Amino acid sequence: MRNAHSAGTAPVLPLHIESLVKRFGATTAVAGASLEIEAGACFGLLGPNGAGKSTLIRSIVGRVRPDSGTVSIFGHTVGSAGARTDLGWVPQELALYPLLTCRENLQAFGRYQGLSGRKLDDAIAWCLEWASLADRAKSTVKTLSGGMKRRLNMAAGLIHRPRLILLDEPTVGVDPQSRNRIFEMVEALHAEGATIIYTTHYMEEAERLCDTIAVIDHGRIIALGSKEALVGQVFGTRSWVTMRVAPGPVDLAAWAAVQGGTAQENTVLVSVERPSAIGALLEAAARDRLEVLDVTLQRPNLESVFLHLTGKELRA
Amino acid sequence: MIFTIVQTSFRALRRDRGAFLMAFILPIGFFTIFGFVFGGMNASTTPRVSVLLVDQDRSAASRELIRALEREPSLDAITHPKATKDDPHPADYTEAAAEAAVRNGDAPAALVIPSGFGENPISFAPGGHRPTFTILHDPSDPVAAQVTAGLLQKTIMTSLPLMMAEAGTKYFTSWIGRLTPEQQKQMQGGLAQLKEYERERNANPQAKADTAEGFGGFVKVDLRDVVGGKKRSPMISYYAAGIGVMFLLFTATAAGGSLLDEADSGALDRVLSARVSMTTLLAGKLVWCTLLAVAQLAIMFLWAALIFHLDLFPHVPGFLVMTVCTAFAVASFGMLLASLTKTRGQLGAFSTLIILTMSALGGSMFPKFLMSNAMLIAGRFTFNSWAISGYTKVFWRDEPIRALGPEVAVLLVSGVVLLLVARWFARRWEWA
Repeated sequence: MRNAHSAGTAPVLPLHIESLVKRFGATTAVAGASLEIEAGACFGLLGPNGAGKSTLIRSIVGRVRPDSGTVSIFGHTVGSAGARTDLGWVPQELALYPLLTCRENLQAFGRYQGLSGRKLDDAIAWCLEWASLADRAKSTVKTLSGGMKRRLNMAAGLIHRPRLILLDEPTVGVDPQSRNRIFEMVEALHAEGATIIYTTHYMEEAERLCDTIAVIDHGRIIALGSKEALVGQVFGTRSWVTMRVAPGPVDLAAWAAVQGGTAQENTVLVSVERPSAIGALLEAAARDRLEVLDVTLQRPNLESVFLHLTGKELRA
Repeated sequence: MIFTIVQTSFRALRRDRGAFLMAFILPIGFFTIFGFVFGGMNASTTPRVSVLLVDQDRSAASRELIRALEREPSLDAITHPKATKDDPHPADYTEAAAEAAVRNGDAPAALVIPSGFGENPISFAPGGHRPTFTILHDPSDPVAAQVTAGLLQKTIMTSLPLMMAEAGTKYFTSWIGRLTPEQQKQMQGGLAQLKEYERERNANPQAKADTAEGFGGFVKVDLRDVVGGKKRSPMISYYAAGIGVMFLLFTATAAGGSLLDEADSGALDRVLSARVSMTTLLAGKLVWCTLLAVAQLAIMFLWAALIFHLDLFPHVPGFLVMTVCTAFAVASFGMLLASLTKTRGQLGAFSTLIILTMSALGGSMFPKFLMSNAMLIAGRFTFNSWAISGYTKVFWRDEPIRALGPEVAVLLVSGVVLLLVARWFARRWEWA
């Protein structure tokens, strides 16, 4: 998993994006994004709203024609028969036929992917089993719960058993129980060796499922690596100490600056190299007659990285 | 609260500009069409009855009558077929040629001026010696024959003064003579006969309706159906086709609109990202719409056969040809409208305007014989008109399949053209 600019080209990668640019009028949605994903990865793609994430995804599935740059899937040009066979896309929308049953939907999308006869029957059986919908095979989509619809939506995108799977926010609007079921489905696919690209607005999903994460903002990939590597890249080994103090005569902003941190209202935020630095911080507070109400030590996480890089909350 | 509901609804309508405009354009457009059809906007839109004239008398009186009929603004009097390259100076219609032309649908009626008209042009007396005019007519246009008969009487009375004077003198001499008591008695007798005729005619509506009986005007007129034979009603196949095509257009538009639904739900994106091209998708939708339309028309005509005794089964080959061609053209129309519009609201409003307009002009809503020439010409640009024309040939005129050439060609070619345009507009769904 690497940024294509910083590494040599690997042979037949599941996904290779090179200097992708897409503009809509005066707006540049994707500004020269480059990316490579290796086989077997579960790749998280994070970005705030309007960062160019959707355009990048639609470029991968061939629904957006880039102004420049290339996208290849297992060496096939996007839109080619090979790319369509190797890529499975689960869109964010419930892209199903509401008046058809689960089986009929799977039958239709299976045929659209070129399946027929025994292969199609086997694929439908696998999908129904994998999505835990075997007992609802004859139910029309409109009678299913939100979680069931989401699972069927996933199954319809993967019925042809592609090697590269693009899951675009597959848990939007589902209850926690259904979400866990979806996690298990994704983990099963990953365990079978599929390469997965997973977009989400839920940081805990990315942390649980993805071994590699890319952050996209303003149409560019601004960070790429494992969760630990990203935290390390951004924050090094430092941790955050949050100290809440009682109101007093001391200029809290000036005091925090002396300690190498910042202050907001009655809270001081200081970056420290080691947890033991808390002791020195408490001593300084006592010395300057600050009444400390509580102190917390926090190791930066993916959310912190995202916030630091984009200036926005992931779910904002 | 109510204000908020109204405001929200208004804002939603206003944002859908197509639907917003159509909400106001639709009634105005439709009103205008009906105004043209029924309002008689000006002289050029007044319906004229086409009538073929056959002169078997070849006398000065018959020629004068033809000239008078040609001057009649409500008639389009035609004495000979149109000139062609092969026949730059076509001969005047004979009775056989005129009958064939009426059978073929070239005109709804033909008037035959009989031999001997010049000798005894008119009669004032019931049962008197007078020539018998024949009107050969197509009963599918019940107006043309009656208008022709009425205008014939009117023309003879108002436009042939010399003939009237001569005939009047003749009757004066034969009835009154030198006004002796006997002559007075004779005149009273003639008047009494006329009065008796009036009394009988008023007492017996059937006799009143039959222009061949009694006084029957200045000239005697026979009406003869030359199309349809023993068929029950000429309008059954007309309206089965007319109403059928109108609803077919709505159905095809709704079926084509599934493209918009699928685009909204994301299903279209998913389908197009699979191994399905836009051309394949449109072709699939077209086949579905065509099959649906064929089924609708089949049910419509089966119903007509069951309830109205339409002769469907002897005409199955012609029916199938017309049905498949009509269904294809209508399905292409549905594809085009769906690919042109961006929302269901726009599609609904736009399709309603176009379909009702086409149906009004094309003869689905009211018979073509009520329409002006301008409206008839405009109607030639609608599927409804061509479909009705083809089905009428099949069911009413008993014409062979090869006679459907113009209808089949127009429906197929326009279907292909609409489909190509629809494909061009559908590019917007292919990629951004």
